[in-house]
Amino acid sequence: MTRTSEEGSPGVPGDARERSGEERLAEMLAFLRRRLTGEYEVDEFGFDPELNDKVLLELLRPFYRHWFRVETSGLQHIPVDSGALVVANHSGTLPVDALMLQVALHDEARRPVRLLGADLVYQLPVLGHLARKTGHTLACPEDADRLLRKGELVGVFPEGFKGVGKPFSERYKLQRFGRGGFAASAIRTGVPIIPCAIVGAEEIYPKIGDVPVLARLLGLPYLPITPFFPWLGPLGLVPLPSKWLIEFGEPIMTNDYDPIDADDPMLVFNLTDQVRETIQSRLDALRLRRGPAFPAFSDIAADQRPL
Amino acid sequence: MTHTVLVTGVSRHIGARVASALAAEPGVDRVIGVDTVPPPSAARDGGSHARRTEFVRVDLRSPDIAQVIAAADVDVVVHVSLMSGSSRSRSAAKEHNVIGTMQLLGACQRSTSVRRVVVRSTTAIYGSAPNDPAVFTEDGEPSEAPPSGYAKDAGDVEGYVRGLARRRPDVVTSTLRFADFIGPGVDTPLTRYFTQPVPPTVLGFDPRLQFVHEDDGVEVLRRMALEDHPGTFNVAGDGVLLLSQCLRRAGRLSLPVPSPLFRLLGEAARAAGRVDFSPEHLALMCHGRVVDCGRLVRELGWKPKFGTAAAFEDFLRSRGISGGLTAAVADRLSDLAPGRPAPFKDDQ
Repeated sequence: MTRTSEEGSPGVPGDARERSGEERLAEMLAFLRRRLTGEYEVDEFGFDPELNDKVLLELLRPFYRHWFRVETSGLQHIPVDSGALVVANHSGTLPVDALMLQVALHDEARRPVRLLGADLVYQLPVLGHLARKTGHTLACPEDADRLLRKGELVGVFPEGFKGVGKPFSERYKLQRFGRGGFAASAIRTGVPIIPCAIVGAEEIYPKIGDVPVLARLLGLPYLPITPFFPWLGPLGLVPLPSKWLIEFGEPIMTNDYDPIDADDPMLVFNLTDQVRETIQSRLDALRLRRGPAFPAFSDIAADQRPL
Repeated sequence: MTHTVLVTGVSRHIGARVASALAAEPGVDRVIGVDTVPPPSAARDGGSHARRTEFVRVDLRSPDIAQVIAAADVDVVVHVSLMSGSSRSRSAAKEHNVIGTMQLLGACQRSTSVRRVVVRSTTAIYGSAPNDPAVFTEDGEPSEAPPSGYAKDAGDVEGYVRGLARRRPDVVTSTLRFADFIGPGVDTPLTRYFTQPVPPTVLGFDPRLQFVHEDDGVEVLRRMALEDHPGTFNVAGDGVLLLSQCLRRAGRLSLPVPSPLFRLLGEAARAAGRVDFSPEHLALMCHGRVVDCGRLVRELGWKPKFGTAAAFEDFLRSRGISGGLTAAVADRLSDLAPGRPAPFKDDQ
């Protein structure tokens, strides 16, 4: 409101609306021109901020806002412009949590998150280069250190496939945190570790079975069976609309360590354990706070109970 | 002290330019250029620098090179003749690269006059694979050593350079891993690729590419030849271009084909003698390659003048390629739609 009066546009609101539509069109055409002529920048990892913000995140935002109704907390713990390592739990059979974390940090903390992904992603056509264009890279010490030294916000899911592909019966139980490579990277580069708990992703594709033989044949870590997949075909790929909460915890500082200590396995394991326990306890608390995964459904159930 | 410099591979573009750049140096007494074939036309280059380069026709694979070095008291050797490949047979290129380097470095080892050896290598040595770090540093080990081709030759060449450095610690050796050269005078499989009317790309992949402008490449070689900078250095223009970006900037339409078909097309082009296609080209066209040049910049206190994008731009300009069609379409669109009301608004 105040902004329109400042601009001092003459009179009618219809006029202002028309102009903004016109501006939008001009902006869109300018965008289109840049895309068609290649006049945009990507960084050395292949990150294309414009494509990410204007196209790819735009496709994810409806899921973030309306489908999963994601609520975030603890955003004050995300540094404004320096390097930090966000460490989160991984779940959901398909890594939708990575996508939602990306929207959360981009839209609510105004920082692009650079996720460290599995080899598999980068071996696949389409997916591999899309991951690079959205700012992500391979989980390897070289890339992690390089991004952190450049002051980027890096995100990692240390559970990897063990976390994202665990059966529904083990939901919200953190799996082993690999070899703690993330902790070593944080120590080497002296950046804070921000523990992140994501509640809600566990319920999107409840994995009740697996077809290991077929998975091995296809070169996949697992081939899930959910109550809806593969029974309903492609429809079974629609994630269930669970309620999501994402919490960023207090940073765990690593700048007191000597970078050389990154080679010390005891120190790395202890730090890894500390981060893991923090996330597990925040997960438990957050899950209690959320209550049922499908509030609408449980309301109906509650309504029916007295009858 | 004045130098006598031996430059190999002077019959090709970069070698010729390095030789003339060194010939123009006041601190350089003589420049001896060697190659297996005579320069295409000394007269065409024409300038005074070309006259100052003494051409000696030597097959690097023969021991004659030792006599050239001994006879002229050469103290700096700049080995530029690594062949990225022509449409000629792979085995000939390999022989030239590997055996030639062996002979040359063997001669340097025995020589009492040689003090400095600068060798051209390539970033292809890092390979292109999905499970490699996004950015290679000189210390990085590729996840798998290149099994064949140009990259393997470069690996062997670097091995000989390390051998020389070990046996003759008093000789300063510099190894330069260049990204793909690009520029007005460069003719490589890559530049030929970009000048095709509809270049094929690998469906589902968009590799990150880096280029080094020929001017910068020559300048790095010149500096390395005149000063002691021992070690291995990556050389590439700042920044990265995606293949899709390159093609859009060139105003080219691309033809995405599945990777088996891409390989087939490459083989066909090779059979037709158009480009030297090898499996590592397919890998590059899928996964790309980016290197870190921090070490070079720190060592020289100098940074390539052309970034990757600027080098590509200069290449396009020199070949008269412009983003014509796509840019025109985009401009036409913006003329049609909001362009009309805009001047009207200005009139108010």
